[in-house]
Amino acid sequence: MRRLLVVTFAVMAVAITARSGVLRAQAGATKPAPAIDRTVPPPFMQDGQTLEVPPPPFSDGIFPCSACHESIKPDRTRRVLTFHDDIVLKHDQDHRWCLDCHDADNRDFLHLAGGQRLPFDESYMLCGQCHGEKLRDWRVGVHGRRTGQWNGHKTYLLCVNCHNPHQPRFKPLPPKPAPKPPMRPIR
Amino acid sequence: MSFSQKFPRFVTGSVQLVTRGNTTYWVWLAVLAVLILSGADAFAAQVRHGLIVTAMRDQVSWGFYIGNFTFLVGVAAAAVVLVIPAYVYDWKPIREIVIFGELLAVSAIVMCLLFVLVDIGRPDRFWHLLPGFGHMNFPQSILAWDVIVLNLYFIVNFIVVTHILYRAFHGRHYNKKIVVPLVLLSIPMAVGIHTVTAFLYNGLAARPYWNSSILAPQFLASAFCSGPAILLAVVLLLRKFTRFEIQDEAVWKIAELMAYATFINLFLHGSEAFKEYYSNTEHALYTRYWFQGIGEHRTLVPFAWTAVLLNVTAFVLFIIPKARRNPVLLYTGCFATYAGCYIDKGMGLIIPGLTPDALGEIYVYYPTIAELRVAAGVFALGFLVFTLMLKVAVPILLGEFHGARDPRAAVTH
Amino acid sequence: MATEEMHESGISRREFASVAAAAAAGLLATACGNRRLYDIPKDKLRAAVAEMEKEYSAKYGKAVTVSDAGPMPGVVFAYALDISRCVGCRRCVYACVAENNQSRDPEVQWIRVLSMDKSKGIDFQDADPYYQPETVPQDGRFYVPTACQHCRNAPCTKVCPTGATWTEKDGIVVIDYDWCIGCRYCMAACPYGARHFNWGKPTLPSDQVNPDMHVLGNRPRQQGVVEKCTFCIQRSRAGRYPACVEVCPVGARKFGNLLDPNSEIRYIIENKRVLLLKQELNTMPKFFYFYGT
Repeated sequence: MRRLLVVTFAVMAVAITARSGVLRAQAGATKPAPAIDRTVPPPFMQDGQTLEVPPPPFSDGIFPCSACHESIKPDRTRRVLTFHDDIVLKHDQDHRWCLDCHDADNRDFLHLAGGQRLPFDESYMLCGQCHGEKLRDWRVGVHGRRTGQWNGHKTYLLCVNCHNPHQPRFKPLPPKPAPKPPMRPIR
Repeated sequence: MSFSQKFPRFVTGSVQLVTRGNTTYWVWLAVLAVLILSGADAFAAQVRHGLIVTAMRDQVSWGFYIGNFTFLVGVAAAAVVLVIPAYVYDWKPIREIVIFGELLAVSAIVMCLLFVLVDIGRPDRFWHLLPGFGHMNFPQSILAWDVIVLNLYFIVNFIVVTHILYRAFHGRHYNKKIVVPLVLLSIPMAVGIHTVTAFLYNGLAARPYWNSSILAPQFLASAFCSGPAILLAVVLLLRKFTRFEIQDEAVWKIAELMAYATFINLFLHGSEAFKEYYSNTEHALYTRYWFQGIGEHRTLVPFAWTAVLLNVTAFVLFIIPKARRNPVLLYTGCFATYAGCYIDKGMGLIIPGLTPDALGEIYVYYPTIAELRVAAGVFALGFLVFTLMLKVAVPILLGEFHGARDPRAAVTH
Repeated sequence: MATEEMHESGISRREFASVAAAAAAGLLATACGNRRLYDIPKDKLRAAVAEMEKEYSAKYGKAVTVSDAGPMPGVVFAYALDISRCVGCRRCVYACVAENNQSRDPEVQWIRVLSMDKSKGIDFQDADPYYQPETVPQDGRFYVPTACQHCRNAPCTKVCPTGATWTEKDGIVVIDYDWCIGCRYCMAACPYGARHFNWGKPTLPSDQVNPDMHVLGNRPRQQGVVEKCTFCIQRSRAGRYPACVEVCPVGARKFGNLLDPNSEIRYIIENKRVLLLKQELNTMPKFFYFYGT
């Protein structure tokens, strides 16, 4: 049984590697990337619903990325970075690296698999490429947290407000104190 | 003599009767008074600090008070149900006991209502459920039904008792047109208060231990054990300490009836236990908690088996004619029945019904000193009512105290 | 309204009784002043609420508002909780305590989070409400937060002898804290352990009082009465999400209008695997548990 599982995973891993290789090749081939026309709402917002999201949780002083990257020539070879060493990628890291999501030509943007540039506050589109059903549920307010009015104006959180895109798994957190067990009166 | 002359004489005579007695009488009253005062003190603290002075908590939200309430409803009901053979078969020996049954019923109902009063979180708001003053959720709430039937039952029995005694005091036979219909009414009502009280628990799907259709019949069966047990003890005491004559036939007949009632009670318990253990669904948990305990929680187990043992003993003692004719064994049987039913119908009904709680938590409940004091006070008050009523009733029934003669002549006991 | 007529006849009976029982006259005089919130006419309710605002503002030294907002037409509230997401952190428990002015000591908490064994599924006999590890979630455990399920077929309202608890038109099961006699029959009837009794005098530090109150919701409770979750009636009737929904760090809590086909709730019921606690009891909760994944 265990052996069977290992084999299955191995086959899956090969398949995924092969596929992501193709994606990378495409992304590299498309340049310059067409900017997304932001006057047209994303396809799932066509009922006129506005989507208010908080700003992405950038580290202090990191944005705009172009402030530094403007003067650096993009190096598209996959490698271990000497800068940004605080970022540890634990998000399908065997098949993925920075420029799969970050746009090499304009560092203030992300890009979709098809090469379209994407501003950081629409990063959910990027996440939704792989996590389609999560995007669908998030859109209707079932995945993730909404605040505000149940019958009106709501605030969404971006995927990255809860999930660190580089390490999306939720970190365990300390629970609040347990309730006090019932106590007999002390005399 | 007009009513305005007759009634004050009855009252003053009664007062004189209850203020006269031998040392035993006064010691008994003193004991009751101490218990009542202690109970009142504990109750005052409970009202001030809240029910937090009890051991009840959200997990086990009913306890000793409601257990006693349930048991006493049975006592109240069964004491009167003895009327059935007396009136239906017009069997004279038991008929003499009937009046004591009704006195007992009145006292038991007083205790029942007091136990409900001390159990509620806001006794100052009791009037919220009085129809007309507050709002009674009738007919949805079985507790509303219970309040109605208990009060009606109290009123009916109180009228019957006072009427019979008042008439006897004036040397007249009671008015059959008043007494017979009321007594006949009190019989279905006795069954009624018990059935309604059983339904109070029975209707709660949240508590599988209670949510069994056998509960009401089983309540009645156990009431037919515990009520006569007390009555029999009272009658035996009366026979010993007063000139009151009660025929052996009546005593033996009651003991025999109790044997059947005990058997039915045991049988119904057994049926329930069989169903729970054999089907062994998740609902068997509560029965298991009672008879076996769950894990290290085994507090109730000794009580469960003591109750079984007591009930079986009582059955054996009452079913063998020779045994029930032996006064010592008869007393033993009465005590066994009373104690067995008290465990079974009191804490044995309430606590396993609520443990484990609706979310599976086990909180081990047992009453605090404060609860015991309040409960003792309520019992003492009930016994006081019963004692004083007996003190008046016995001389009247013996013809020692009546409108024509000075009550001072009455034999004290 | 019929209740108005009933009240009129009630007064005459009251007068009769107070004559008959002179000893109880004082009690009855106070009695006549109070009425069940359920029966109270709109204008009188507003006056009563204004009285409460004055009383609470003085007591807690801050401006307290007590809303008497009624149900919105076309709205029936429902709740959904994603048990595949809940990590058992109990943020909801404490957000609820703060929002709804629960007693700090003795401790009253409307939400109870049960830790359960993944290999056993939902089994209350194996549930642990007192888990306290360093971090959650723990391996092999999942979490089922419970609170009032706001049953459509509510056993608690049925058994209340005084009619002190009832279901509002928007589906919220509420309690009139001034009418409850504290008999705790509702607690025996509730299959979800959702009702909590004020065993002692509730304590609520002034600096922690939430001054945004509702007459059927988070206004201070007295000793000896029952309380429970109201779907944050003071928030939900103002269009806001309940406090527990907004605080949940994993977004496991969902709330909305059951009658609105575009609500999150309807989406969940129509598209997710949904379960009800103790469904066999036919209580028909409006609190749905679902698997988001």
